Amino acid sequence: MNAKQKKNLIRIIITAVLMLVLAYMPLSGWPRFFAYLVPYFLVGYDILYKAGKGIKNRRTFDESLLMAIATLGAMALAVYEDGDYTEAIAVMLFYQVGEWFQAYAVGRSRRDISALMDIRPDYANIEQEDGTLTQVDPDEVEIGSVIVVKPGEKIPLDGVVEEGTSSLNTVALTGEALPRDAKEGDEVLSGCININGLLKIRTTKEFDESTASKILEMVEEASSRKSKSENFIARFARVYTPIVVYAALALAVLPPLVRILGMGLAPEWGTWIYRALTFLVISCPCALVVSVPLSFFAGIGGASRQGVLVKGSNYLEALSEVKTVVFDKTGTLTKGIFAVSAIHTDKLNEQQLLHLAAHVERYSTHPIAESLRNAFGHEADGCSVESVEEIAGHGVRAQVNGKTVCVGNAKMMESIGANWHECDAMGTMIHVAVDGEYAGHIVISDVVKENAAAAIKALKKAGIKQTVMLTGDSARIADRVAASLQLDTVYSQLLPQDKVAKVEELLQQPATGKLAFVGDGINDAPVLSRADVGIAMGAMGSDAAIEAADIVLMDDDPLKISVARRIARKTLRIVKQNIYFSIGIKVLVLLLGALGFANMWAAIFADVGVMVLAVLNAVRAMFVPQCADIKERTVQVGSDVTVA
Amino acid sequence: MKKTYKIDVDCANCANLMEEAAKNTPGVKDAAVNFMALKMKVEFEDGQDVKTVMENVRQNCKRVEDDCEVFI
Repeated sequence: MNAKQKKNLIRIIITAVLMLVLAYMPLSGWPRFFAYLVPYFLVGYDILYKAGKGIKNRRTFDESLLMAIATLGAMALAVYEDGDYTEAIAVMLFYQVGEWFQAYAVGRSRRDISALMDIRPDYANIEQEDGTLTQVDPDEVEIGSVIVVKPGEKIPLDGVVEEGTSSLNTVALTGEALPRDAKEGDEVLSGCININGLLKIRTTKEFDESTASKILEMVEEASSRKSKSENFIARFARVYTPIVVYAALALAVLPPLVRILGMGLAPEWGTWIYRALTFLVISCPCALVVSVPLSFFAGIGGASRQGVLVKGSNYLEALSEVKTVVFDKTGTLTKGIFAVSAIHTDKLNEQQLLHLAAHVERYSTHPIAESLRNAFGHEADGCSVESVEEIAGHGVRAQVNGKTVCVGNAKMMESIGANWHECDAMGTMIHVAVDGEYAGHIVISDVVKENAAAAIKALKKAGIKQTVMLTGDSARIADRVAASLQLDTVYSQLLPQDKVAKVEELLQQPATGKLAFVGDGINDAPVLSRADVGIAMGAMGSDAAIEAADIVLMDDDPLKISVARRIARKTLRIVKQNIYFSIGIKVLVLLLGALGFANMWAAIFADVGVMVLAVLNAVRAMFVPQCADIKERTVQVGSDVTVA
Repeated sequence: MKKTYKIDVDCANCANLMEEAAKNTPGVKDAAVNFMALKMKVEFEDGQDVKTVMENVRQNCKRVEDDCEVFI
């Protein structure tokens, strides 16, 4: 609570107490009137002051002005009729309670959500020459400086570990509870918390360009992109107040006139003016106007706690309507890392074949070489590897322990005359020949992500009509992956520009509905921006993805797509509930008020009560709906499926 | 040119009114008020003096909602 809220709360309490006391005071006539003016002015002076300003600025539909007219009118009627001032003061009192509650609730959610996103680093430690540490503003640290991060501290800037090992808590960035290990040479991101070891980090980015700053900027920016619902409410609010005010005016004047002139009855001015004043109490569209952006804000905040960054309310809205999800294969459904999936030998045993191949590829930087070395695991075994020669488009030849070993593709085998043969395993074939004689081959393939199958299943369960995969890979590999993941449609052998064309083609089919594209953001930026919702994977450190996508999954996990969609749907459900509920109650009370069934107490409920309920409902959007497939995930982890 | 300013306002409808007021200020091409983040993003027309335009934006906002502030 800030000072203003405290002051208002005290005003509200004193007024309420005064009202209770006055209710038991045996006053009547003018003394009673003046006694009741005390709480009225105490609780309403700022409204009256603002109303005066409204008149000065000629703002007819100023809510303070309308509230002032309603309460002053009710006071005047009370003097004229029965001396019951409670109603007028109660309207003012509850109006203030509503305003107070709104300010408090909004302030709370602002704080809660910024606490969720507690990744803003406050300082960086720089080591002085004498070994002492000084804390400096991370903004002042230049690229290439070495910073020290002690256990328990936040990493302030992106960089590479220079010295030390530790575990990092990345939960604020990715929503992933498992700590991530960091050792010398590893890239680390700002916003992670260093759990146990002392790390010296050479910074690679300035503060403004570091991950933590970028994410914060994005989240803060997010609610500036307004959704259709928000624009609808803004438009509605603009016409709602004038309509209600004119209706009030008509209600005050027309029926009495009709009664005198048309029907020859008593005009009953008091009754109709009272009904008109009830209208004015309901004339503020506050409940709607605050609850809709608050819901989106809470939804976006809740999503970011799960490692899903949503760049705007409009994208959350679009995601909730998505019917078709298009995936890129490599890096999205598969890890994009090649691994040895099979070894078929003609001579030698499997370990020997892998051993030779790894040695030949010792100096190569090709990803395939790396996967061979990783599969073999103990390169430094003292074998002699000499005269390594890389033959472009073929492979590598080297002398290993005096034997000539060729490692490469079919073309290479042809050129040295080795008697190679095909294999029906999926993936890239690495043939090995020793002294010109064929020894066997190693199959290398991409690995499907642990959660890919669960992700597709979860999406289908959540009502996604169509899942599509696009890939540049051969049909054979693509079909196999698609079958194992139970995707509906596959388009293979696509060039990057074909992917855009395919997505455009899909967008034109009426069955597609809203389309989301999921990619790793590196070479599919055009597709990401073409789709209704572009979702980027593998955002950890990739600026391109953060720029191009509408939604960013911070931890590469395809299962998060369905989590994001659930959040989106829940948020939109809450938004709709709030819109229908608030408008419904208001219209109902307006009708009842016009007919004389609803008094000012009902009106104040339609105004303040509805707002309180709508705000409480909006805050629910922050909590992610739990679902069975979250639990499935723990079971899935560790069962790497190798298919492609 | 676009700039973001911190604002202070208590009610969401007032934030919408401020947005309208800012949009209608001469020299402002577009404006968006983010009630939840308490920020106002203003896009200026070319060749406008940002400072004078913002003074006007602030005044116009004050006119629609007395209890608001734009931190220039």
